[in-house]
Amino acid sequence: MTVFVIRRLIQAAIVVLLMSMIVFFGVNVVGDPVDMLVSPEADQAEIARVIRDFGLDRPIYEQYWYFMKGAASGDLGNSFIFGQPALKLILHHMPATLELAFTALLMAIILGIPLGLYAGLYPDRASSKAIMAGSIFGFSLPTFWVGLMLIMIFAVWLGWLPATGRGDTATFLGIEASLFTRDGLSHLILPALNLALLKISLVIRLTRAGAREAIQQDYIKFARAKGLSTGRVVGVHLMKNIMIPVVTVLGLEFGSLIAFSVVTETIFAWPGMGKLLIEAILQLDRPIVVAYLMIIVLLFVVINLVVDILYSLLDPRVRLGEQGA
Amino acid sequence: MTFRRTAASAVALLAVMATAPAWAEKLSIGIASEATAVDPHFHNLTPNNMISAHVYDALIGQDEKQRLIPGLATAWKPIDDTTWEFTLREGVTFHDGSAFTADDVVCTWERAPNVPNSPSSFGTYTKGKTVEKIDDFTIHVKTEKPYPLVPNDISTIYIVSDEGGCEGTTEQFNDLSVARGTGPFMITAYEPGSVISLKRNDDYWGDKPQWSEVDLKPIKSAPSRVAALLSGDVDMIDGVPTTDIETLKNRDDLTLSQGSSNRVIYLHMDQFREDSPHITAKDGGKIKNPLMDQRVRLAISKAINRDAIVERVMEGVAIPAGQLLPDGFFGVSDNLEIEKYDPKTARALLAEAGYGDGFSMTIHGPNDRYINDAKILEAIGQMLSRIGIQTAVETMPRSVFFKRASRGGEGDLPEFSLVLVGWGAGSGEASSPLKSLIHTYDKDRGFGASNRGRHSDAAIDKMIEDALATVDDAMRQDLLAKATEMAMENLAIIPLHYQVNTWAAKKGITYPARTDEHTRAANVVKE
Repeated sequence: MTVFVIRRLIQAAIVVLLMSMIVFFGVNVVGDPVDMLVSPEADQAEIARVIRDFGLDRPIYEQYWYFMKGAASGDLGNSFIFGQPALKLILHHMPATLELAFTALLMAIILGIPLGLYAGLYPDRASSKAIMAGSIFGFSLPTFWVGLMLIMIFAVWLGWLPATGRGDTATFLGIEASLFTRDGLSHLILPALNLALLKISLVIRLTRAGAREAIQQDYIKFARAKGLSTGRVVGVHLMKNIMIPVVTVLGLEFGSLIAFSVVTETIFAWPGMGKLLIEAILQLDRPIVVAYLMIIVLLFVVINLVVDILYSLLDPRVRLGEQGA
Repeated sequence: MTFRRTAASAVALLAVMATAPAWAEKLSIGIASEATAVDPHFHNLTPNNMISAHVYDALIGQDEKQRLIPGLATAWKPIDDTTWEFTLREGVTFHDGSAFTADDVVCTWERAPNVPNSPSSFGTYTKGKTVEKIDDFTIHVKTEKPYPLVPNDISTIYIVSDEGGCEGTTEQFNDLSVARGTGPFMITAYEPGSVISLKRNDDYWGDKPQWSEVDLKPIKSAPSRVAALLSGDVDMIDGVPTTDIETLKNRDDLTLSQGSSNRVIYLHMDQFREDSPHITAKDGGKIKNPLMDQRVRLAISKAINRDAIVERVMEGVAIPAGQLLPDGFFGVSDNLEIEKYDPKTARALLAEAGYGDGFSMTIHGPNDRYINDAKILEAIGQMLSRIGIQTAVETMPRSVFFKRASRGGEGDLPEFSLVLVGWGAGSGEASSPLKSLIHTYDKDRGFGASNRGRHSDAAIDKMIEDALATVDDAMRQDLLAKATEMAMENLAIIPLHYQVNTWAAKKGITYPARTDEHTRAANVVKE
């Protein structure tokens, strides 16, 4: 077991190292940040100074070496345009993104599972067909368009909700979030719904498919024959079994909600990490892009590592298979 | 009857009073660009300088047409060829109550060019000038050589306090612990990415703003910005996209304000290489760079229908250009006309230059930098094709474009043959574009830094340099105008149009459009 874990750790370290190379070199071959930074009025001497100060005149492997040296001590470099540590900037923007992703996930669960279950239990009803048709729209409409439509309808026409930005925050149980204020929640609903739409559709389809399959199985028939109430059959016997794939998928999707809520954050001017990333890309603020991707790589590597270890604990075949190979 | 009339007018009056919006003293503005810091000397960039102008003052201000007006200095004059005397305003206090004196100016001058990690420093403006305190309210600015733009350069440096401000780090400015200026507003909150909050400075020395509180909210996505205005999230926005202007104009709950900017959109043409990388004969064979021939450049200029570009591509929101700056700026020429659309003469000129069969060319430009930049370039491509220059158009993001356009070719030379670019005259007068775009590229002396076509004419160079050493305003105006005329005659660049900026606000709020594209809450007025 220890050998297995150590081997996995080494593999994870290699993945991180390789990714750091790909990310760093990939980001550094595109364009030139100097022209994004200096004022157009600047003369050649000033341009040369900026190139020198930011180390852009050094060969790329040397820049990479400095980056790795810093990274080893937890310093992922300073943002070109903000002049602050990239890591600090990203962490500063993280809570806004986390609360958005969390709310979207919650919406996906609260709306997606009951609707999917309903559509799975009563597939022939017109309402079920409407739900399934709706989920196709949720899948296929582009996020930015849906976001703009949400703003048009709920903010501009109806005037119920604010169009952009994050609301007031409050601190509860040591967590500062806009979830705890009325103003904050009203700002949160539209972007969270926008972000959740695709996930809701996904959960609806997964739940429906699971329910349709499970309902035919013998253990359900037995449960019914035993005289259990429909509520118990559905709520306990059916749910338990169809939840496994839903939970697995949602776990993975949560990662991508955090990492790539770029479009939603841009449209709703949400001050999260995604907006920071897209602006860094547009302005070639390389340290932020690199630091961001490194954090995401690390996040996914850790998730996978934990999953692998859990699998090997749960399923001896994984361990044995590895040793045999 | 009289009674009824009175009653009717009373009702009408009531109706007016009822519909007159209840003005909160609070103003919230959705801005298109975000500052990278609230340290006034960290990054010399329009969005940053715009925020600084709310909180800080410079010795000299710029009005909405970028004309110089008294700021923290009440008067200034050259006392000899290389010395300027500034008389400082008395009785001004910083937001913390400390008095403004010459010491603040001296230490600000030290700090401005030396902020660590600055991505673009203010050294461009402080270079070659020393500030000397004569008494508490008089300073002398000395230059190495006679230099007329001292007041313009001074107007870009925002004054911070010698008690805290001058030693403050960018971080301390960002956490607001030393962010105290003399400006019309005090900064009360800085949340990067979401809001900059301001409070009126009730002790302001100048005209006090009408708003007790102001929120500046960066909303970069243009449709979202418009939606935020329509939904009432914000009271005013800048950077209204040209496609929405017509719709917004037709709504009676909004007012628009428009004004020409100091930004000219123009074409730079490769004039220094016999073998230009993106030009070939029509059959793909090599030819001598036709753009070196002035007649070809004139043909290109005549082939471009500027009115059509303004009407169709810019939806009427631009002004056709015949020189480097629009009318009303210092140093523009009164003798220059906008080149008339004349494809027939253009063809004749091409034939005369020996390119009667045309040639083949790829033209380049950014697609996310100027208003409708990619569409303009495509229109130009079609217009050039019509006179026989087979033109392909390639646009790219500015992060890639500018490096290649400036130094992407062999030997760090400009890579492209013909590019579309823009230039905003930060100093608000004609020496800015002349010095950077028209003057021969000269790395050591800092001339021609953005001369991407490498046009070079010794006579024009001389005139620009003379102008930059002539303190007398009338003489300098003549020199700048003459240099502009010669550059236009040479077709050193081909000007297309001046950008027009648009602001939109709720009815009753007006904003005098600024040529420097700033959005300044202090100038926003309610009727």
